[in-house]
Amino acid sequence: MNTVALTNDTMPLPTAKDVSAASSKDQPLDIQTIVEELKQASQPVGVPFLDDPKFYTRDVDVFYNQAKQAIFGVDLDIGKNEVIAMIGPSGCGKSTFLRCLNRMNDTIDGCKVTGQLLLDGEDIYGKDQDPVLLRARVGMVFQKPNPFPKSIYDNVAYGPRIHGLTTNRSELDDIVEDSLKKAGLFNEVKDRLQSPGTGLSGGQQQRLCIARAIAVSPEVILMDEPTSALDPIATATIEELIDELRQSFTICIVTHSMQQAARISQRTAYFHLGYLVEVNKTNTVFTNPQHRLTENYITGRFG
Amino acid sequence: MNTSIILLLLLVLAAFSYFFGRKRALAVSNGNRGVNKLHSLPGYYGNLVVVWCLLPSLIALMLWSFFSPTFISQNVISSLPAEIQNADPTKVNLFMNRVESMAKAGAIDPTTDPAQQEAARRYMELQANSNLIKAVLVFAIAGLGMFWAFRKIAPNYRARNQVEKVIVGIMIFCASIAIVTTLGIILSVLFESLRFFQTIPLTEFLFGTHWSPQTAIRTDQVGGSGSFGAIPLFAGTLLISVIALAIAVPVGLMSAIYLSEYASKRVRAWVKPGLEILAGIPTVVYGFFAALTVAPFIRTIGESIGLTVASESALAAGLVMGVMIIPFMSSLSDDVINAVPQAMRDGSYGMGATRSETIKQVILPAALPGIVGAFLLAASRAIGETMIVVMAAGLSANLTANPLEAVTTVTVQIVTLLTGDQEFDSPKTLAAFALGLTLFVLTLILNIFALRIVRKYREQYE
Repeated sequence: MNTVALTNDTMPLPTAKDVSAASSKDQPLDIQTIVEELKQASQPVGVPFLDDPKFYTRDVDVFYNQAKQAIFGVDLDIGKNEVIAMIGPSGCGKSTFLRCLNRMNDTIDGCKVTGQLLLDGEDIYGKDQDPVLLRARVGMVFQKPNPFPKSIYDNVAYGPRIHGLTTNRSELDDIVEDSLKKAGLFNEVKDRLQSPGTGLSGGQQQRLCIARAIAVSPEVILMDEPTSALDPIATATIEELIDELRQSFTICIVTHSMQQAARISQRTAYFHLGYLVEVNKTNTVFTNPQHRLTENYITGRFG
Repeated sequence: MNTSIILLLLLVLAAFSYFFGRKRALAVSNGNRGVNKLHSLPGYYGNLVVVWCLLPSLIALMLWSFFSPTFISQNVISSLPAEIQNADPTKVNLFMNRVESMAKAGAIDPTTDPAQQEAARRYMELQANSNLIKAVLVFAIAGLGMFWAFRKIAPNYRARNQVEKVIVGIMIFCASIAIVTTLGIILSVLFESLRFFQTIPLTEFLFGTHWSPQTAIRTDQVGGSGSFGAIPLFAGTLLISVIALAIAVPVGLMSAIYLSEYASKRVRAWVKPGLEILAGIPTVVYGFFAALTVAPFIRTIGESIGLTVASESALAAGLVMGVMIIPFMSSLSDDVINAVPQAMRDGSYGMGATRSETIKQVILPAALPGIVGAFLLAASRAIGETMIVVMAAGLSANLTANPLEAVTTVTVQIVTLLTGDQEFDSPKTLAAFALGLTLFVLTLILNIFALRIVRKYREQYE
C-alpha cells in the first residue's frame, strides 16, 4: 500500500529509543517494527466504516513537498451528526487529515493529497469541486482563536455577507444574533456588538470564532484543538457547546486531551506516525482498546 | 602625540581593562568554581572597567580638542604687538589665518613679516604643549578610571546593572541626536524665514500668484522688482505629486498584493528584488530619462491627437516620478501584508471566502496602517523629489492645472535660489528658507492628518 519508507528525519516523532524505553515493561517496541506492522494492516482496527456516512475516505495519502509523507493510507468514515475525536501524539497527522476534509491544505505550498475523499458521495478533490463552496459547507475552527480585527457583529456577519446569504439588514441581524446565541456568547456581548472582537477574552474569542463558523450554516464543523489555548472554565463552556451543536452539525475535533475526547465524542480515531491505527466508539477505545499502540497512548505510556 | 594615536592607545588600554577586569572578577570569586558567587557574569566586570576607562577619558579628549584651538589663538593674539592687536578685527582674523596655516604646515616661511613668523613659532610651541598636556591628561583620566573600577570589583558588586545603565544612556544619546538635529534645522530655517518675512509680507508670500524672485541690483533696473507669490510653486508641486502618486499607489499596491498573496515563491524571489532595483536607480538618471525619452514621447502623442504639449511637461515628470516611487509603495506594502498573521487568512478561507474577498475584507484592513505609512513615504518622496522635475518639468512658475504645461516645484526653486553666487541678506536667497519652512509645515500637517486616518480606521489584530 505504501512504498515510501519512513525514517526518523521525515517527521518529528518520538525516537525508537523513547518508545521502547517507555514500553519496555510489556513488550519491546521499536519504531521499525511498529511501522512494519502499521504498513501490513490493510485497515484500522475497530469500526472504521459506517453505513451512509457524511465523509467517506479511502486510502488517503498526504505529502508535503514530495519527499515528506505525512499521512499513509487512511480509511475512515465519519457519520452524520456525530462528534468524532481524533487523538494521537504530536506530528501523527491528525490535523493534516482534518485539513484535508475542507481542502485547507490547498493553502500550503507543496501539499499533495491522493486517495478518495467524498462528502455526501461528492468528490472533495474532484475537478469540478470548488473549494470555496466546499468550505462554506465544511466550516473550521482553529487552535488559536483568530477573530478578524473587526467588530463582534462584523466578525459573525462576515460569512453571510461574502456568501450573499441575505440582502437586508434585519435578516443579517437575526443571523448574527442566532449564531451568537448558538455559540453561547450572545448574552455576554449583546450590549457591545460594535466593539472589536479582538477585545474579548480568549474563551469568548473562540466562541466568537465558532459563532462565525456556524453563521454560514455549514453541515460540518472541523475543530483543530479548539480549547488548547484556553483555561479549564472556557474549555468546559466550549465542550458543552459542542454537545449542543451536535444536534445540527457533524463535528470533527482534533484534541490532545484524552479526557476531552472521552467527554464529548461518540467515536474516537487514534492516529500514530501518520497511520490511522484504531477507530471505534469512544467508550470502547478508552475502556477496551484493541491495538497495543492505542493502549499505550491512552494509558499514558507514551505520547 | 596626535589624536588618532591617542585613540588607538585608548582602545588598546580598553582591551587590557576588559581582560584584567574579567580576571580580577574571577580572582575575587576564587577561580572558576566560585563564579556563581559573583553578582554578574565575569564579562560584565570587564565591560565595567572598559566603560570607566573609556568614557571619562573620551569626554576629556573631546572637550580639550574642542576648546584648545580657541585658547591657543587667544593666547597668540594677546602676545602680538599692540598695533596689530588693535587693528580692524577682520585684519586680525586674516593675520591669524596666515599664522595658523604656517603653523599647521610646520614650516615657517622666512620671507613673511617677522611678527607673523614670531606668532607662528609661538603658535606651534603652544600647540605642542597643548598636545602633550592633552595626552597626559587623557591617559591619566583613563588610568584613574580603570583603577577606580578595578578597585570596586567585588563578588556582590552589581556590575551588570551599571553596564546596562551605561548602554541605556548610549541609546538615549543616539536617539536624541535625531531629535536635536531636527530641532536645529527647524530653528535655523525659522530664523532665516523670519528675516525674509520682514521684507516680504507673509500674505504676499502665501497667497501671491506670481513667482519671479529676481531682485534688482540697481533700483532703476527693468523688471527688477521681484515677486514672491508661492502659490504657483505649491500648485506645481501638488500637480506633479498627484500625477506621481496616481501612478505609484495603484501599481505599487497591486504588485504588493500579487507578490504577497498570489505569486509563487520562485516568482517572488525574482520579482521583488527586480522591483527594488527601481529604487536603486539614481534620480538623475530618471531625470534625463524623463527629459529625453518620456517628454518627447508625450509631446509626439499629444500633437498627433491635436493637443499642444510643452516640451517640458508636468505629465512627463510626474509619470517618471511615479515609476520611481513604485518600489517604496510595493515593497513596504508587501512587507506589511506579509506581516498579517496567517491565522487571519486561514480564518477567512475556512469560512469559504475567496482569495479576493479575503484580501479586500481581512488583509487590507489589517495592513492599513502600514499601507498608509508606505503612502506617506511615497508622498514625501514625490514632494521632495527635485532632479526629475528640474530636467523634465522646467523652471517656469506657471499657475496651471494642465499637466501638459511646464510647471515648477518648491524644491526646484529652492535649488535654483541657492545655486550660484548669492548674498545671504537678499530676499531672493532668504526666500529659499521660507519655502523650506512652508514645505516642512505642509508635510507635517500631511503626516498628522494621515496618522488621524490610521487611528480611525485601523483594525488591530493583536
